This record gives sequence, structure tokens and C-alpha cells, in this order.
Amino acid sequence: MVCERCQERPATVHITEIMNNQTRKLHLCEQCARELQAQSFGFPPQFELHNFLAGLLGMGQAPKTEEAGEQVKCPHCGLSESQFAQSGLLGCGECYASFRERMQPLLRRIHGHERHTGKVPERTGGYARLIQQMERLKGELKQAVAREEFEMAAQLRDRIKELEKEIGQER
Amino acid sequence: MSVRDVIENLHGGWIGSSGPEADVVVSSRVRVARNLAGMPFPHLLDQAGAQAVIDAVRTACRDERFVTRAGKIDVTLLRELSPVERQVLVEKHLVSPDLLNGFETKAVAISDDERTSIMINEEDHLRLQVLLPGLQLGEAWQLVDVVDDALELNLDYCFSEQLGYLTACPTNVGTGLRASVMLHLPGLAMANQVKGLLATVTKLGLAVRGLYGEGTEAQGNLFQISNQVTLGRTEEEVINNLLLITRQLLEHERQARSGVYHQRREMLEDRVFRAYGLLKYARVLGAGEAMRLLSDLRLGVDMGLLTGLSPPAINALMVASRPAFLSRDGKLNDYEMDVARARLIREKL
Repeated sequence: MVCERCQERPATVHITEIMNNQTRKLHLCEQCARELQAQSFGFPPQFELHNFLAGLLGMGQAPKTEEAGEQVKCPHCGLSESQFAQSGLLGCGECYASFRERMQPLLRRIHGHERHTGKVPERTGGYARLIQQMERLKGELKQAVAREEFEMAAQLRDRIKELEKEIGQER
Repeated sequence: MSVRDVIENLHGGWIGSSGPEADVVVSSRVRVARNLAGMPFPHLLDQAGAQAVIDAVRTACRDERFVTRAGKIDVTLLRELSPVERQVLVEKHLVSPDLLNGFETKAVAISDDERTSIMINEEDHLRLQVLLPGLQLGEAWQLVDVVDDALELNLDYCFSEQLGYLTACPTNVGTGLRASVMLHLPGLAMANQVKGLLATVTKLGLAVRGLYGEGTEAQGNLFQISNQVTLGRTEEEVINNLLLITRQLLEHERQARSGVYHQRREMLEDRVFRAYGLLKYARVLGAGEAMRLLSDLRLGVDMGLLTGLSPPAINALMVASRPAFLSRDGKLNDYEMDVARARLIREKL
């Protein structure tokens, strides 16, 4: 067997990682194992977690927007769904809302839950909620402008102004 | 005290002191992931954006109210440190290996007592961790909670009512909390019970990691156990669950050790004293061999077979014999490293 990392030397070190009842194996040569181990003090990093997520996402059937064949993108940061599937990383907080349809089943699969029950920021608990709303409206505004829906855009702009006031007071 | 002092200091934080249940639990760690509202996550940030995050955290740490609540903690840019210095921070478990990838835009803040560290622009804008010796998960979480609140006085976190703290990777969303313990399980390894027990633990929703050499033995018999779920459970629930399971493992490990001690004492003593002999007189020691022998040595100390050595002294040897720590004063090749490792351990025993 050849080392999975350098693809040169024979694999003599075999690493097994068990997570959520899933076993994953890595076969490495002495030197690569040593290098990886030097980086992690004996614990291999979670090599394939991000790739693994793409699988969980079931990217085979990405939903399309009404415009022919165009991918869903986060209006706030521009990250596309396939970029997310590749890296396993979201681009910004808004992505959770932008990819909502995909995220909910994914979160259920990872965590078995869909709702946070833990700590809320001490100072900005309420304020953070307003900021979130603001980001979302700004994203919608961008989209409305792009689609040339100016009436909608004007409405959104008014709501953003109101919200700005509210945020100013909250601060 | 600067990060440089931290790098030089072999006896700071979890390494140099002993905690509760230290015969089995080497250290306890709690970390939370936090992001700043209205900013793309680190992997989409350009240089200026990354710097803005670092500046925001620096300002937050300098606030008088922060210092009163959480103590003094300074932000250092990773590019101001040498490669070896950065690696030493990893070997001391103060930063993650991932923080060193693309270090130009990253920074770290470490408290003087080395218990608290904040990684800036790793996978998330902030990764706040507390690392304590022995089994002190509750204490670690309390400290994280205090520093988190103190930071939040000046930082607007990316938080959603529905999903909690929003993180770059959906596996962290919610509490953003990862709690872990590092366990030394030589007794279970000798009794061939490690696999079975760890399989049970994973069924309870925890992740287990350890480096397996040939055969089934983890290197140095060190295992890290951590929670996986971050959404839908409170921080306290996660911590208590891990604590409960750790206590179970602790009991099993102690039983296994005492079983071996009573049934095959000579075998146990032979193993411990062989390790001592090798470590004391070897001239060339590889990292893997050193870890294995130090594990045996630690077992001897914990079971009272060897006197005159303490668990912190062995922690220090484990860290000191890692590659970056060994080559702090100059670049060494593999062979020179093995020689330096043998010399260092010989001198300390």
C-alpha cells in the first residue's frame, strides 16, 4: 500500500478516526505521519470533515433558481452553493438564510436539532437580531435592484431606514 | 509577559501544573467559535478585512472593562513570530495547527497564565479557548463564558435567534462550543479494552481521536474525547454529558490499572522500568518511541511505582521532545532531532 499523502513511500502507519459512529482510515508512511503528528501533537486533524459535508448536502440535486440553470448564491457575500459544497464552509452569517432550504436538513443530520437553546450574547442579544434583519433586507434590496423591481426596492429602502433608526436607539 | 515568554516557558498553563484526576485526565479544554456581525467569514476576507477583525479584537482586549473582567491579554500577529515559534504554540496546544495555514492574516492572544487563548481569523473570526490541567471542564467553561462576555462588550457577534452563534462550518453552529478532554489510557490499552470502550463512547455522540501505530495502540495511549453536537443543547448540558462519560472512562481505566497491578505486577513494573532505563540511557530517540516510553513512565509515576518524578514533569518532557520545541535554537534534521531528544530526556531524568 502506498502512502495516501505523498503517494510515494509505502504506508506503514494506519490512523483510524471514529466520529459519530463513522470510521475513517488513513494510511500514511512514517515520514508523513510524523509531519502530520508534529502539527497536531498526536491527534490527526479532521481531514475529511469538509468533504464529508458535501456528501451530506446531497449536492447531486442542487435546486435551481427560476433563471435558467443559475446557481443559488448568497446575495450578501456571493458564495455559491457549489462553493459551499466544495469547501464545507459558509461565506457569512447570511448564508444560513440564503441556503436555508439546504441547511435545515443538513443541520438536522449533523446535530439532530434545528434550534439553538444555549447562550445568547449578553449585550447584543436583541441588537444582534436587528442587525441580522438589516443584513437580510440589504441583501433583498440588492437582488430587487438587480431584477429591476424598483417598487419593491423602494419599499425595502424604507424598511431599512426604519430599522436603522431602531438600531440607533438600541445602541 | 509576551508571547515570546510563553513560547520559552515549558512549565506554563496545563503543562506545568497538576489538576483533579490527573492520573488519567491530562487536560480539559473548552473552546467557542465566534464571528463578527456583517463581515464575511475569514476564508473570504482580504488582507484589509482580516486586519479589521484583528484591530477590532485588539481594541476589545484593551478596553478597561475587559481587563477588569477577564484580565490582561495582548494580541500578537503570527507573522511577527518565527516559523519555529509558531509551531511551539501548536505543540503547547495554545493554537490549532490550522491557524498556521495562511498565517499572514492571522493573530493570537494568550493570557499570561496561558489558560486562555484567542485565535483570530482561523476558520472563524474568533476561537476562544481555555485549557486547564486535569479534569476541569466546568471551570474551563466558566472562564470561557466570562472572557466571551467581556469581549462582547465591544464586539457585535454574528448571532441568530434561531441558530445561535453562526459559524463558518455548520458543524459548529449554535453554541459554537467544543469541549474535550485528553485522556491517558494505558491500563485499558494493556487490557485490550480501548476499542470496545471507545466504540461505546462514539455511540453516545462523542468523537474520539488518537493516533494508531501498527496494531491498535494509540501513540502514547493518549486519546481526545469531545462533543460533536453544538445545536439544540445548552453549554451546560454538553459539558455535563462529557464530564459524566469521562468519569466513567476514568473508573474503567483505574480498574484496569489495578487489575494489572494485582495480577501481573512484575509485568507492569518491567514495562515501567524498561521505559525508564531506555529514556535514561538512549542516545537516539524517535518522537514515536519517546511518546510510547513517556506514556509507560507516566503510568509508573501515577501508580506510585516510580518516585521523584511528577506528572507535570512528564507533560513537560512530552512537549519538550516535540520537533519545534527541540529545534528552537537552530534547524535540526531528523537524525539530529532524535539525538537532541534523547539528550534532553536523559538530562531531565
